[in-house]
Amino acid sequence: MLMKLCTDFMGWIDKRLPVTDAWNKHLAQYPAPKNFNFWYFFGSLAMLVLVNQILTGIWLTMNYEPSGDGAFASIEYIMRDVDYGWLLRYMHSTGASAFFIVVYLHMVRGLMYGSYQKPRELLWIFGMLIFLVLMAEAFMGYLLPWGNMSYWGAQVIISIFGLVPIIGDDLTLWIRGDYVISGATLNRFFALHVIAMPLVLVILVFLHILALHEVGSNNPEGIDVKKKKGSIKPEDQSKFKFHKQYTDKYDIVDAIPFHPYYSVKDIMGVAGFLILFCWVLFFAPEGGGYFMEAPNFTPANGLKTPEHIAPVWYFGPFYTILRVIPNAMLGAIGMFSAIIVLFLLPWFDRGTVKSVRYRSKLHLFNLIQFSICFVVLGALGTLPATPTANMIGAIASFGYFGFFVALWFYSKNEKCKPVPERISH
Amino acid sequence: MKQFIKALAFGLATIVSVSALASSGGVHLDHANNDLTDKESLKKGFKTYINYCLGCHQLQYQRYNRTFKDLGIDEADGVANYMYTGDKVGGHILNAMPKKEAAKWFGSAPPDLTLEARFRSPDWIYTYLRSFYMDENRPFGVNNSVFKDVGMPHVLQDLQGVSSIDEHGNVSPAMGGTLTVEEYDVLVRDLTNFLEYVGEPNKLEREAMGVNVLIYLFIFFIVAYFLKREFWKDVH
Amino acid sequence: MSNVPVNNGRRRFLTAATVVVGGVGVAGVAVPFIGSWNPSARAKAAGAPVEVNVSKIEPGQLIRAEWRGKPVYVVRRTKETLDGLAKHDDQLRDPNSEKAQQPSYATNAYRSIKPEFLVALGVCTHLGCAPTHHGGDFDQFVDGVSNGFFCPCHGSKFDMAGRVFQGVPAPLNLVVPEHSFSSDDTLLIGVSPDANKGEA
Repeated sequence: MLMKLCTDFMGWIDKRLPVTDAWNKHLAQYPAPKNFNFWYFFGSLAMLVLVNQILTGIWLTMNYEPSGDGAFASIEYIMRDVDYGWLLRYMHSTGASAFFIVVYLHMVRGLMYGSYQKPRELLWIFGMLIFLVLMAEAFMGYLLPWGNMSYWGAQVIISIFGLVPIIGDDLTLWIRGDYVISGATLNRFFALHVIAMPLVLVILVFLHILALHEVGSNNPEGIDVKKKKGSIKPEDQSKFKFHKQYTDKYDIVDAIPFHPYYSVKDIMGVAGFLILFCWVLFFAPEGGGYFMEAPNFTPANGLKTPEHIAPVWYFGPFYTILRVIPNAMLGAIGMFSAIIVLFLLPWFDRGTVKSVRYRSKLHLFNLIQFSICFVVLGALGTLPATPTANMIGAIASFGYFGFFVALWFYSKNEKCKPVPERISH
Repeated sequence: MKQFIKALAFGLATIVSVSALASSGGVHLDHANNDLTDKESLKKGFKTYINYCLGCHQLQYQRYNRTFKDLGIDEADGVANYMYTGDKVGGHILNAMPKKEAAKWFGSAPPDLTLEARFRSPDWIYTYLRSFYMDENRPFGVNNSVFKDVGMPHVLQDLQGVSSIDEHGNVSPAMGGTLTVEEYDVLVRDLTNFLEYVGEPNKLEREAMGVNVLIYLFIFFIVAYFLKREFWKDVH
Repeated sequence: MSNVPVNNGRRRFLTAATVVVGGVGVAGVAVPFIGSWNPSARAKAAGAPVEVNVSKIEPGQLIRAEWRGKPVYVVRRTKETLDGLAKHDDQLRDPNSEKAQQPSYATNAYRSIKPEFLVALGVCTHLGCAPTHHGGDFDQFVDGVSNGFFCPCHGSKFDMAGRVFQGVPAPLNLVVPEHSFSSDDTLLIGVSPDANKGEA
């Protein structure tokens, strides 16, 4: 009786909005390669963290006061006076760092298995746009507690825009809306942080997933599970039922429906992630001084610079590239290039074999050196700029850009292992 | 893939070790070894704070009644023994020092100390308050080996006594105070304990909740693991 | 659900178990989000009980206190006023204070703890205007009653126990808030006598 009522109701809806069809197309009958490994958790985890940030963010907004006079005190008000305010605030602050950890690992996955290669270039670009917007979102959010590190971190980053020829000074003035970073800057950052950026972020995530489902998921083997229509004998095709949008055009092999197989697997992944996340959240919310920096426990003070201005850890790699180049202008160009080359990765890589498993030792080495350089750059970004640190930073920057240049050269005629037709395990 | 995890692990290890080096740079700090669960210590620290510190340093984000509740002080008792300013019991722990004047007296206005333990660390506070020494060249006749040329007088001097510094920068044990060295250390530890509490009044609640949350998540993980394994029997 | 016809009890049990355990988690996550809407420590401090020294109030005088953003009228009623309260019961909507507009300890002929002190919210029960006190000239509104409250907005009338007269828009007697006396001279608005004893 109840079942029939539900079926009738869904029928009524489906005539007006294709809910069941969308559910099937993107979840219950979406062909996901059966061999996703550990690295494939990070997409859904990024989504989880995004939801966490949006919800806790909305709730923080209810008690936060975006003004130069009131911001710092309102954070302490949230931490002390609002019931569970401290929990919501730590969920948000820990979530910010978790977001970058998850996204960086998600990107590493893409690099390893060639998920950026044709035909997934646009998917990669949407991903990179998400990363870019996320950085802007995080940067603006970091100003809002109005602590001294918020203030000076913003000071440093905004002054980078002053390096733009001719209009530089006017540009920084325009961004700040004042001669120094002030309540005016705080208010506009607040508006962008709580409304504009999240909106753009959600739209980009939507497009990212839409683009993913159009081309289909890659996998650790880099072998396409969608084969030419008619090329696979029916008994060799996947025994699962997939949406006709996929089966009309392709024969599907070695794939399983996303739901329930990957939904249950991702639930497990979420539980595992949350154990780590909550461990930090409840026992080390300051993240050893990386997630919340000590100077941020004093209010913004335009006359008193913290002893050592370090950006939050997730900007570390790019900040180090900026810093190790002696010329400020070139440094800024270097920093932005570091992001632009990532955008262009699908075209730097001229190879056709996707997964590192079947590519040359050289490529493996290149990926490892790139990852090490990235981590080292990140670490240096949080440390004082000593001559030794700068030298290591210069070498790591060289390694960072070298990855792309080398890739462009060797990928054209790379000696790869033969890629199997099918995913064998 | 294994190589990747190794590489990342290596990188993370580098960050941790290098940053550990960097953060310990500067002065040596003694361990406060304070205990937030020790309510008697917190109460004594609170009392010391009210008697010696509040005159100059406010706790502008901390409320009296919250402090009474967390420290297990009866409200009527708290009003009688801890509140000398005639504020409301639900009010913040403030003083009447005029900021502009104070800036003239001390060089800069005495900072609010609500978040001092989070800004400096408890160990820093503990060491700092035990590192004053005689210095004729300073306005108040004292200097501090942790906070060089600090603008503040040694408010606890009557209790600790006076120390001097040798040419190697070692501060001698204090002499002539009303407390012994051990008693003074305990007093400062209690004060440090109180300031750590004030820095984050929810810390114990947070950790207690964290234990429950983690227990829950382990259970959830196990259930989810079995669910996943059951469904994945279909996949060959 | 699954595209493959598997249908054993174990699978259903594990699904249910995950849903239940996960549901507990979601409910747990909801707690801080819902809890944070409760009045904060700041709101509670601002809404804390208000102390009024009643020893300085002259007989027949009204003073206003502010409690949780609302005006509270404290009136020291004269002997004549108190005696007069019983004489116009037939003109009142709720002469015996049967509607719960006052705490139980103030449900009596004077609607108060101590007969001489009326403590009532100065908020008309019609649309929330502040009634004005007429001491001595209230008989222009009600014949034979010389003291009372008249609401200038829509003409509601109340006697000196805050009881509403018939034939006016206000439906209910004025609200008597929780209050108690911590000493003979000190009125505490916002604390019931029980809680007051408990705390002292």
